[in-house]
Amino acid sequence: MDAEADGSVAGSESEDSGRKRRVHGMLKMYYGMNEEGKAAEMAMSLDPCDINGPHFDHEVFLNKLRRECSLAELMDQETCMVKQIRSLDSDMQTLVYENYNKFISATDTIRKMKNDFKKMEDEMDGLSANMAAITEFSACISGTLQDQHAQITKLSGVHTLLRKLQFLFELPARLNKCLEMQAYAQAVRSHRRARCVLQQYSHLPSFKGIQDDCHAIMDKLAQELRQKFRDGGSSAKDLSECVELLLQLDEPAEELCDKFLSHARSRLESDLQGLEAEIRPYPPPSAVKDAPARKLGSAAAAGSPTGNTPKNSAFPSPTSNTDILEFIDRGCNEFVSSLCLVITSYQELFINHAQTGELASKNIPQMASGKLNSFVDDLAARYFSLVEQRIQEEKGVGDNSLLVRALDRFHRRLQAVTKLLPGSAVPNQGTEIVIRAATERVKQYLSALQSFYMDSLTDVRQALATPRLSAAGSGALLGGLGSGRDAPNSLPELLSSLSASILNQIKSVLASVHLFTAKDIAFSNKPYFKGEFCSQGVRESLVVSFIKFVCQSSRQFCDSVGEKGGSTPPALLLLLSRLCLDYETSTISYILTLTDEQFLVQHHSPVTPVTSLCAEAREAAQKLLNHYVKVQGLIISQMLRKSVETRDWVNTIEPRNVRAVMKRVVEDTTSIDVQVGLLYEEGVRKAHSSDSSKRTFSVYSSSRQQARYATSYTPSAPMDTNLLSNIHKLFSERIDIFSSVEFNKVSVITGIIKISLKTFLECVRLRTFGRFGLQQIQVDCHYLQMYLWRFVSDENLVHFLLDEIVGSSAHRCLDPAPMEQSVIEVICERG
Amino acid sequence: MEDDAPVIYGLEFQARALTAQTAETDAIRFLVGTQSLKFDNQIHIIDFDDENNNINKNVLLHQAGEIWHIGASPADKAVLSTCYDKTSDGRVVYCAAVWRMPSDWETGSRDSPDDSAHNPQTLELLCHLDDSAHSNAACVLWEPMGDGKRVISLADNHALLWDLQESSTQATISSSATLEGKGQLKFTSGKWSPHHNCSQLATANDTAIRGWDLRTMSQIYCIENAHGQLVRDLDFNPNRQYYLASCGDDCKVKFWDVRNVHEPVKTLEEHSHWVWSVRYNHSHDQLVLTASSDCRLILSNMVSISSEPFGHLVDDEELSEGEDNHQEDKGQEPLQDSVVSTFEEHEDSVYAAEWSSADPWLFASVSYDGRLVINRVPRALKYRILL
Repeated sequence: MDAEADGSVAGSESEDSGRKRRVHGMLKMYYGMNEEGKAAEMAMSLDPCDINGPHFDHEVFLNKLRRECSLAELMDQETCMVKQIRSLDSDMQTLVYENYNKFISATDTIRKMKNDFKKMEDEMDGLSANMAAITEFSACISGTLQDQHAQITKLSGVHTLLRKLQFLFELPARLNKCLEMQAYAQAVRSHRRARCVLQQYSHLPSFKGIQDDCHAIMDKLAQELRQKFRDGGSSAKDLSECVELLLQLDEPAEELCDKFLSHARSRLESDLQGLEAEIRPYPPPSAVKDAPARKLGSAAAAGSPTGNTPKNSAFPSPTSNTDILEFIDRGCNEFVSSLCLVITSYQELFINHAQTGELASKNIPQMASGKLNSFVDDLAARYFSLVEQRIQEEKGVGDNSLLVRALDRFHRRLQAVTKLLPGSAVPNQGTEIVIRAATERVKQYLSALQSFYMDSLTDVRQALATPRLSAAGSGALLGGLGSGRDAPNSLPELLSSLSASILNQIKSVLASVHLFTAKDIAFSNKPYFKGEFCSQGVRESLVVSFIKFVCQSSRQFCDSVGEKGGSTPPALLLLLSRLCLDYETSTISYILTLTDEQFLVQHHSPVTPVTSLCAEAREAAQKLLNHYVKVQGLIISQMLRKSVETRDWVNTIEPRNVRAVMKRVVEDTTSIDVQVGLLYEEGVRKAHSSDSSKRTFSVYSSSRQQARYATSYTPSAPMDTNLLSNIHKLFSERIDIFSSVEFNKVSVITGIIKISLKTFLECVRLRTFGRFGLQQIQVDCHYLQMYLWRFVSDENLVHFLLDEIVGSSAHRCLDPAPMEQSVIEVICERG
Repeated sequence: MEDDAPVIYGLEFQARALTAQTAETDAIRFLVGTQSLKFDNQIHIIDFDDENNNINKNVLLHQAGEIWHIGASPADKAVLSTCYDKTSDGRVVYCAAVWRMPSDWETGSRDSPDDSAHNPQTLELLCHLDDSAHSNAACVLWEPMGDGKRVISLADNHALLWDLQESSTQATISSSATLEGKGQLKFTSGKWSPHHNCSQLATANDTAIRGWDLRTMSQIYCIENAHGQLVRDLDFNPNRQYYLASCGDDCKVKFWDVRNVHEPVKTLEEHSHWVWSVRYNHSHDQLVLTASSDCRLILSNMVSISSEPFGHLVDDEELSEGEDNHQEDKGQEPLQDSVVSTFEEHEDSVYAAEWSSADPWLFASVSYDGRLVINRVPRALKYRILL
């Protein structure tokens, strides 16, 4: 069996042999012959001793056995061989038997098949005969049906054609019907389907007729569409449908754009006219009474092509007192929203739609968007001009929130346009309008503040004037020093109320202006409102300008009116001076800090520093106070001058009284002292010497005067007086008469007294005195001495000037005989 | 360049009236009139010796009364006019007269200077400028650069034009103008314009300045409220015919273009009391002298409204090398109106100041206490104007 296996294997491929041998090995193992097999397998290929190997050589094997093995082993080998041969023989017998059985059954089967095939062959013969008959029949049938089939095919083709033709013939009627039913879309669809065919066969007269009919109908349709399009009443959706249809009808897109826009324009313009009508000022009263006439007029307006709008009739009597918010609201709701609508539908129709459709090739989107832009710009410009006009009308500065809200709304609504038309300049223009409105507003606030300031000054002026009138009566009754007291009592109150009201006004204005930068206002985060508006707009041109205006107007009180010396009440000057001084010390920095805090001003550009404003205020205060001194000094010196100039001093009588004018001078000085004391602090005066009480003072000064007169009228010594006065002057400081004063009461009063007494001196020097004239001057001067020293910072100043007066009058005296000091005192004390 | 110290001269009496001797163009000479009620008043003739920096004085007696105003004839050195007061019957009357100095006042004083004070010669009265209808003369104005034959006196509210005849011994009123208005109007001061062929006069009353045409004796312009208070003095710019300076009790000096009476061209506010006198320099009209009762005299350089607003034009080549840089510096900085200097030599009110007619850089001022001070324009400014 091994040899058989080997022989069969040897002829096959050498690759398979190894595998097969292994299988055989397995088989051998299975049959329990593995002791030898293993060793044989080791040298399977070439070992001629391997009994199972292919190269087995029984000679070699036997020789090897005979050579190597002992007899016992040979015996064993021999029995083992015999055993194997036996078992192999039995295996072979079994196999042969089995194969034989199989062969017998196979022979049976083949015999049976031989019988079956014979039968089958007969049947097959029958079938082929039948098939031949069928083929023959079939050929016969198809030969007969051939003609009819072709005819049927032709007929069905004709049928379809006829249906198409019928459609074409029916088309005009159908289109008409559609037209009647206003089913424009269907009509257009039908026409589109037929159009090409009609175009192709237009050379045939009948088709030509149909085509012409169709054309006529479609023209009519187009006409109607256009009519509808032109017609104002149709809604936006209808409109867009119209446009779409028209576009499909190959209407030129440009013309459609124009028409669409012009139509939209007329509608928007009617909105604008509605707005414009609101802006228009009140009609004259006669027109209001004559209402029917007005209606007639509006009807006539409605007849005109552009004025045909329901809005106009809805608001037959447009009033300009609709507030700005309402106005802007209306503008937004009507104009801006319909503008947006127009833009959207336009873009939908001409731009987006065209981009997808076959129209894109004709550059229609570009053309259309160009038209749209110019259209929007044009209308927006008109709208803006209206809005601006309306904003300009907004002059009342009472409630800013309304304006701000209106502007905010205006600005917000324009953002919609931005979204629709990204490249448009419209929103920027809108922002500019808002900015302009804001700056305009700031200007208005400034002028409002200014006029408020001037008004409050007028009020103060009146307040100063009225109690003075009433006080004059009571003052005259009370006599003496009381006369001026009632009026200035209210000065500090006036001052505080004035400054408080100004401050309040500033605060309220700031609050109003602050609305522009509020968080919830959309435009407040524009860079302008964050930066420039705060620093330049509010701080500089509102607050700083106002402060400057206050200083400026204060200075004007000194410059222009002062020349005539009267039209500004001195008390007002004093009050303003104090106001400016207060501004310098605290108010300005307070206001500016307030502003900076409220507006978080970041100073990009240089701004006016607080110090320079303060300096300006201080300068104004100084100027006002100086002017006050000048005016008051002038009033008193005019009194003195008149009293000196109008009197005949040569022929006057012996003095018995102090002249009334001196009493007036003292009274006025006292009341001025009270007035100034109400607003300014006392100030420092030089310490009075212990003898500055009235009596000792008089003695002291009069003794000095005595000495001067004594020398002055001794004929021999004209030089001595000069010498004396010169020596005196050597030791006294030069006196500046109209000089700047300090901000305190004493300095102010000193200034006034200086001016008065110097005038007195100069006037005395221009006159010639008789004996009693001199004595009168002596009495007057003594009286002045008694009362004036207490007001001034340095009493020596009064002494010196009065000495000069008496000395000069002694010089100018024809008969200088001075009065006894005791008599003078008696007269003065009598009053 | 140190400036010379001012020269001070003390009069025995108080004084208000001062004039330069207009007809004298060689010697620097001033006339001062005194005010004394008790003694004979005097006219002091002050000669200033520029080289030695000292003063010669001569005294003439003016017995008629206190001198309030003095004027010198432009033609005859020896002729002068005064306004004075005299007291008669307990009344004070203001008069005006033309006087002639005695011919030998100069020689007499030279011989015995010490005696002159004790035995002064007396002025010779030529004629009174008064008549019964017009009295209370405030000032007498000589025709500028005239022949000394025509004077104007301002009396109360009248302006009287006098013709002096027969060597000034006789005066007749050739024409007169009267200021009409409510209240007691009174001329306080005036000036005869040297322009327009001497046919214009400017007067001051209260706060108004008025211009008069002497040919018709009618008013040609009026500056109402020229000053806040009384107008004290006027002067015409010698080179610019429409320019006028005024001063007054509001401490201001104002410069007017009389073609625009509504506002002054310029206002100075340097004094701290009434300004009594304002005088243009005769040659360099940017120099303006003002005197005030704040005891100060102020010299201002009003370049912007002068006839030489850009300074004296100089060719660069003409300048010497050394001065070249200096001059350029000056030329570059724009000339501005400024106070040149404040003279504080006086200790009483300064009522009058006058430029010398002989030396354009020299001026005198007199204060009430009788102190006469002669000063010069600071050299720096002088050279700057000249060079």
